[in-house]
Formats: sequence, structure tokens, C-alpha cells
Amino acid sequence: MTVAPEIRYQGEMHQLQKEIMAKYYAEATAIAKGNGRKAAHLLIAGNPVELLRAFDVLPIYPEVNVLQIAVRKGSLPLIQKAEELGYAGDNCAYVKADIGLFHSGYETPFATIPKPDVLVCNYVGCNVYLNWFEHLAELTGAPAMNIDIPFIRTLDGEPTADDVTYVVKQLEELIVLLEQVTGRSLDWKVLTKIVERSAQTGELWSQIKEMTKLRPAPYDAYFDSVTMMAPLYTLRGTEEGLRFFEVAHREMTAQVNRKQGPLPEERFRIVIEGPPPWPKLRVFRDMFSRWGAVAVASTYSTVGGLWEFGFRHDPAHPLESIARHMLSYNVCNRTFLQRYDQLERYVKEWHADAMVIHSVKSCRLFSAGQGDMREHFVRDLDVPTLLIESDLEDPRYFSEAQLRNRIDAFFEALEQRRITAGRAAGGVA
Amino acid sequence: MRYAAGVDVGSTQTKAIIVDESHAIVARALTDTGAYLVRAAERAFESALSEAGLPREAVGQVIGTGYGRFKVEFGDAQVTEISCHAKGAWALIPATRTVIDIGGQDTKAIKVSDRGEVLDFAMNDKCAAGSGRFLTNSAEAVGLQVSEMGARSMDSKQPVRLSTVCTIFVESDILTYLAQGKKVEDILAGVHGAIAARTVALVRRVGAESEVTFTGGVSRNIGIVKAVQEKLGVPVNVSPDSHFTGALGAAIFAMERVLAGSAMTGSEVLA
Repeated sequence: MTVAPEIRYQGEMHQLQKEIMAKYYAEATAIAKGNGRKAAHLLIAGNPVELLRAFDVLPIYPEVNVLQIAVRKGSLPLIQKAEELGYAGDNCAYVKADIGLFHSGYETPFATIPKPDVLVCNYVGCNVYLNWFEHLAELTGAPAMNIDIPFIRTLDGEPTADDVTYVVKQLEELIVLLEQVTGRSLDWKVLTKIVERSAQTGELWSQIKEMTKLRPAPYDAYFDSVTMMAPLYTLRGTEEGLRFFEVAHREMTAQVNRKQGPLPEERFRIVIEGPPPWPKLRVFRDMFSRWGAVAVASTYSTVGGLWEFGFRHDPAHPLESIARHMLSYNVCNRTFLQRYDQLERYVKEWHADAMVIHSVKSCRLFSAGQGDMREHFVRDLDVPTLLIESDLEDPRYFSEAQLRNRIDAFFEALEQRRITAGRAAGGVA
Repeated sequence: MRYAAGVDVGSTQTKAIIVDESHAIVARALTDTGAYLVRAAERAFESALSEAGLPREAVGQVIGTGYGRFKVEFGDAQVTEISCHAKGAWALIPATRTVIDIGGQDTKAIKVSDRGEVLDFAMNDKCAAGSGRFLTNSAEAVGLQVSEMGARSMDSKQPVRLSTVCTIFVESDILTYLAQGKKVEDILAGVHGAIAARTVALVRRVGAESEVTFTGGVSRNIGIVKAVQEKLGVPVNVSPDSHFTGALGAAIFAMERVLAGSAMTGSEVLA
């Protein structure tokens, strides 16, 4: 086997991300220290961050906090703390890490997380998340609102007019709540400007995603996309967030022009489904890099929003477009058949050789059905598909030897296929 | 004549095979893996060399496979046991299209092409339920050797129904049945049935295309082979060399390198 190639690509985008995330967390810490500004805790899936920004409320994503902690190898003690309180072994590890973080005084190596002044939950993710935010409301005493998001029930995947109205009415209630929490009225001009910047951000992000259709893909649409996802959620709608995506777009365009990818050689193009194992991110990435495998698309990068199929926020209809974003333009509220369709488009339009499903042990809700998904892609679509399992936050579920074994075997088989096909075509293997 | 070797360092046992240019097996060796993987690999390889009566330098290439494949320090390359079991099963029984391999901690179902290439595979999750280790613990609970289980279970008239395939909890399940006065053979048949049910579910995920070949250490247990065959509804091949399938596959990959001239990378081995 070849030695894992050094991941060369660590460009300006990565550096800028570090800087703006450090600044973001400095703002969070300043609130925690009592500067008087308000903070809301909210969920990534279908986040209505524009409304919070319109009230100058800092959006805090517990999921982003705990994944940052997991990357820094700090998640297990927090998870165990929640288990001491009675959380079950197979409960969502994000939830447990955040509850453990609360009981550790919200202190992290990179910030002090401010307690929420308001909790903005939604039913895009799962019912476990509703219980999570209920528990946070109990622990912190913060006012909480849940935005009920109906699941998509139409064949074309578009929300009905009634669904949009239903969500808009709830967003109006959220506005009232935010007015009470902040003591100020909503300035619609400010909201419109923020939504306009979100639309521009969505356009840039969408174009960045289009670039991985090329060979070689200029970046890894899984492992490098996660770098772009944090600003997409925490800073969407701000000037700083928009500038980040302008820089990323420029840098990726330059990569395209140089025909440079994240690895010295792009040997396999893969689509990845499911979140990464944050506690072992580097080890996991190397398992693919050593085979020259580059992700050209991923569903995980659409958890907080799906822009590459055309959705844009609309400054002329800010609340309606936020409602559509929550209803239909994020992977979590889409039906399983829409998820199939999304993955199939990725495989075909992004010219992938294979698909990898990384299943999450502590999230049965997102992972249920992935066995059928694998069979659908293998049998019906003839797409070689690997199903592996660990966890997004709990390092105890990561079995390195087993994962490496399955991944190596998968790429050995892909290589075999390629050689056989080359011979059949009369080419030189 | 040129020779090549495969060394399969499994979680429980280490196997070595030496083949000649026609892929005929000239030597086999088997040893417990234990805690020192490097030594187990060397022990198995040296034992195979001595059985073949060959000096070390007569073997052109060595490929390591199995969990300890990176610990075959004298090896020239590594290939996963999934590719090796496919290749080995095809070499032993060329009509093989589906391979079932139950090892110490892993159960695999592999779909193979008419050239012994992996087309698809499915494996158990992180948990070792229903694998070889499950069998070892069950044997201990009834006070038998693993090698005695298969034959004994054939006397069963009324197999028990185990409530678990958990490698840990199976012992308490078995103790409960023993306390109830159940016969050992009926308990063993229950154990084999539980493994077979789990295995067949895995096979269905890749599709049980005939012919089906059972490989790995557990295939030596006639009770499990029979139970798998019944649940699958098709005959299941077991080669006398089934235990060595992974090592044989590795040896064949090694021979392909020898014949192609050795300057190949690991991935090209598969050509």
C-alpha cells in the first residue's frame, strides 16, 4: 500500500475561517462575561439565523460547539457527565456532550459559551432535539420556542402554500418573542439587507459546490466543506460571512485554473453521506486520502441548507424564503426518496465512482434506512457503495482497525473493477 | 519453480500458505495469534517454509492479510482479507459467486465475479455478536472444546431458542438452559442456529448467488454449515482448506506479483 500522501491543501480559506471563527467565539465569550448583548441557542438544520441577526442576537449552535470540542478530543468527559445524570448510552452524543458542557460551566478550550437568552428550537431535525431544548429551557430558565416544521409530503419535494404560511406565522411569533427578549422592534430594512446577503452567500456557496464537478475537484466536498459550513451557519447574513465566501470562491476558482485538487492525485471520486466522526477526523480523512479518494459531493454539507439545486433566500419575501429554507432546502426535512434523488444527482452530475455512507451509531433517526439506501445504490443503480459506522461525537464507537479494513477492501475492489474494465476495453491496466 | 506466500494474521489464529506457479498449495501452517502479532506471523511463515522444505529466499513475494496484515513485517505488501477470501474461495472452488467468512470477530458476505474479484461485500457492525468469539464463549459455557461443538450438535432433537447473539450475554443464556436441564446438544444447536440466522441476513444484503462457499475457521463446524445451508436453502461448499482461504488468496496475489515481476505497488497486485 502507498503511504498516506500529505494533505497539501491548507489555503487562505482555511486560515480565514480560523480567524473569523476565533472572532465569533470571542464575541460569544464577551456575552458570557456580561457585555449585555443577547445570545440565542439554535439548531443547525434549517436554521432561521437571519431573524436573530436582524435583532443583533448572536446565534450559538450547540452542535457546532460540541463538534469543535470533539475535534479537540474533549467530547468523552462531557458525554460521560450526561450519562452520570441518567442519559442513556445510545442517546444522541451531541445532546449528551452539550448537556455535559452546561454542567461544566459552558467552559471550552476556545470560548466561554454564553447561556441562552432565548432558545430557538425547530422540528427539522428530530424529536430528540425537542427534548434537548426542553431540558436546556429547564436548566437555563431561558424562554424557548419550537418552530414546528411539517415534513415534506409532496411528490415534487416542494412545500405546499399552506405549509409555508404555517411556518411564516410561527416566524412572526418568533419575531414577537425576540422583540420581548431584546426590547427592540424588528427593523424590516435590516432584515431585508441580511436576507439579501444570505442570498448572495447562497449563490457563492452554490457556485463553489459546482466546481467539484470538474476533474480534479478543487477541494474535498466533505472534509473541506466542513470548514465552510461553520461560517455558513454562524455568520450567514453578515458582511463578514459574505466576505468569507467571496474569498473561498476566489481561492477555489484559482485552484480550478491551476487544475489543482486537495491531493497530489485524484484517483477516486466519491460521494459521502452522513456526518464525519469528529473525534477522529484526521485519521478518518487519511483512510480515504491514502487511496487518492476525494469527495466531490456530500449530503452532510446540506444539513444546514441546500443551495446547489437552486434555492436562494429572497429579500423581497424574507419570511417566506426563510420558511422555504426550513421546510424543503435542508437535507434533514427531506424524505428518504428525496435523499436518494439528491445522492443520485451527486453521483451522476458530479461524476462520482462510488458512494460511502458513514452511519451514526447514536443517531438512529438519521441513520435508519441507510442499509436500504446502500442496497438501492448497489442493486438498482450499480453504484459501488460502502456502509460504515461509527459516531459523530462519541469516540468509543470508532473502531479504527475495522473501519480501515472495510475502507481498504472497498477501494481494493474499486481498483479491481477499474482494471477489469480497462482490460475489457482493450486498454492497458 | 517459483514460490509465493500469504500470511493471514487473524484476531484468533494466524495462517500461512505457500503456493507454486500453478497456485497449487505446497505448504500450510497454523498458529494461535496471541499478543505478539509480528512473532505469530513469523512463526506461521517459518513453519510453512519448513513443511515445504524451502529456504526463505525461494519465496519471491509475501503478502500479509487479516487484521494484523501490517504486522507481517517481512511481507512485501498488504491486501485486506475481504479481497483475499474472495480470491482464495474462487481458487478453491472456481464456481463460487458468494463467499461467507466467519472469523474470530468478523462475519462477512462477499459477492465475487467469475475471476474471484470482489463485486460487493457486507460485514457485521462493530459488535462481534454471532462471530467466532461467540462460539468460543458458548463452548466454554458448556465445557467443550470449540472443535467438539459441531459433531455434538448433530445429535440435537429439540434445539433451544437463544434470546441473544451477544458474545457476552450468551453465557448467562446458556447457564439458564443448563439449569433448566436442557441437553448440551440442543443448546449447541441453538447457538449454531443463532449464528446462522445472523449470517444469512448478512448474505441476503449482497444477494445469495450460487455457488456459495463458506470460508474461515468457523466453517469447520459442521453444525453451523448445516444451519446456514438450511436457512439459505442452497448447498454451501466447504473446502478442506477453508480455514486457509484468506492466506491462500494472499499467496495467489503474491504469486501474481512474482509472475509480473515484483516491482508493483500494493494496489497493482489486484491486476
